[in-house]
Amino acid sequence: MTDLDAKLFVFLLSTFLGLEVIRRVSPLLHTPLMSLTNAISAIAVVAAIQVTAEGHSTFSTVLGTLAVIAAMTNIVGGFWITDRMLKMFRRGGDRS
Amino acid sequence: MNNALAPANLLAAVESATGAGVANSPWYVWISYLVAAALFVLSLKWLSHPRSARRGVRAGEIGMVVAIVGTLLMYFGVSTTLKYAFIGMALGSLIGAPMAIWMPMTAVPQRTALSHAFGALAAALVGTAHYYDFYGSEKLDHSTMAILAIEVLLGSLTFTGSLVAFSKLQELIPSKIKGLPNQNLINFSLLGSALGCCVWLTVFPTHFFIFPLLIVLALAFGICLVMPIGGADMPTVISLLNSYAGLSASLMGFVLDNFLLIVAGALDGSSGLILSIIMCKAMNRSFTNVLFGRMDASTVASADEVYGGKVKSATAEDVAMLLDGVRRVVIVPGYGMAVAQAQHAVRELSQLLESRGTEVEFAIHPVAGRMPGHMNVLLAEADIPYEKLKEMDAINPTFAQTDVAIVIGANDVVNPLANTDPKSPIAGMPILNVGDARTVVVVKRSLSPGFAGIPNPLFAADNTLMFFEDGKKAMVDLVAAIKEAA
Repeated sequence: MTDLDAKLFVFLLSTFLGLEVIRRVSPLLHTPLMSLTNAISAIAVVAAIQVTAEGHSTFSTVLGTLAVIAAMTNIVGGFWITDRMLKMFRRGGDRS
Repeated sequence: MNNALAPANLLAAVESATGAGVANSPWYVWISYLVAAALFVLSLKWLSHPRSARRGVRAGEIGMVVAIVGTLLMYFGVSTTLKYAFIGMALGSLIGAPMAIWMPMTAVPQRTALSHAFGALAAALVGTAHYYDFYGSEKLDHSTMAILAIEVLLGSLTFTGSLVAFSKLQELIPSKIKGLPNQNLINFSLLGSALGCCVWLTVFPTHFFIFPLLIVLALAFGICLVMPIGGADMPTVISLLNSYAGLSASLMGFVLDNFLLIVAGALDGSSGLILSIIMCKAMNRSFTNVLFGRMDASTVASADEVYGGKVKSATAEDVAMLLDGVRRVVIVPGYGMAVAQAQHAVRELSQLLESRGTEVEFAIHPVAGRMPGHMNVLLAEADIPYEKLKEMDAINPTFAQTDVAIVIGANDVVNPLANTDPKSPIAGMPILNVGDARTVVVVKRSLSPGFAGIPNPLFAADNTLMFFEDGKKAMVDLVAAIKEAA
């Protein structure tokens, strides 16, 4: 591992940024918020791809592939259902 | 290391590129991750308002694609095992898409719990693979090992914990299951032993036989932690699991030198944390109380004392007459509305009332339903405009000017005992003051208590009428009765 101090710095700033940005999200949208943040944190897929592609052992390739499946499920499912939910939120005037 | 990476010269190239994870990776990977991180932040920023929210989803999607393409490019042509990643991505898409397309909106809490389980599983698997690839090498020094151990601990406990939450929400496990005797002692022993394993591995990173023990203990702790929690505490538990899943993804970024993961995980973690705090405040309880406390309803007056002879019941016709010519109606939905799938029938009623000149608004308690924002999604699905959905603080002062408040499937969040009885399990919980309305109509199948297990004096109040019926049927009957009377 390199640069523990830099990583802690980034972690801390991202957490504060997250707290500030997310505090502004209307309670109306808390369910889509949760599914969107879940989809975003499924960026873990790049780590899973890394483990799979480096293929240091059959064991880690298998675990990596399983992790790719799990993360990809969240990416596709998470973004899709978030959009499905948000499509339903309409103002009275928007009604067709 | 085996020869998964084929040609020797390319192997050396990738070794130098990925030797310290992504930190020394090609420039385009760095750029793609930077762009993705920026887009993720924008994505959450745009989610703050319903008007820009869908743009937020687009930003997140683009960021995701950019980062994945960058990563794949780095390994393309030099890795013989990359094909398994492609197979995994195809399979994941095949599982994820149906879960998004055909999932009914009432099942969103279950789906969310399941997605936390998948996210945590990915973190635990990657951590485990990384450990067995590198234990004993300089890549797993003591500090990296400590972080890796916590990543796997959090990932594993969140995996089983979320699976239990999913099973409870899907009613595969009864929601009101009692914990074991000495549940807290068992939980603390499991957590303590798991943390002990983390310390052990930090001191002796090469003791690979401890690693499976850590995983098993963490998996068991996740089950024991969530098993006794149910019902109305679910919003807090789901938020907390969300936070853990994000944190474990962030820690994975520490271990793999991947700053994008640190950022995205931290955003997810802070979102879960905020939602947990909001849920706890909305119940006037602490994290420890939700996780380790038990509801104790024994100090409260019995149902007979509260209700004895004072409950007035009404028929659909009675309520229809009551609603004739009123100026303002507030509808208070709860989990019962979701169970009865009554949201569309509620929409019909509200449209009918509006067509007759009545102002209709909805009062949403933060913990109504089984996850944060659950009621809003269901009512939006039923095509109710979002500006009619009011938060507790905005709507409470208006009950005094409300002619009729209709409570459908909510119980504890409208229980005045929270304000009046300091000994009740819900004491101090902010509630919707429906009792201030001129008349309250409570749609409920029986007088059975809500999650807190206590009687609700609101049901016996002078200005309350009980409409004993299934939520959906009640709404349909009411609409029919109003139309008939007109």
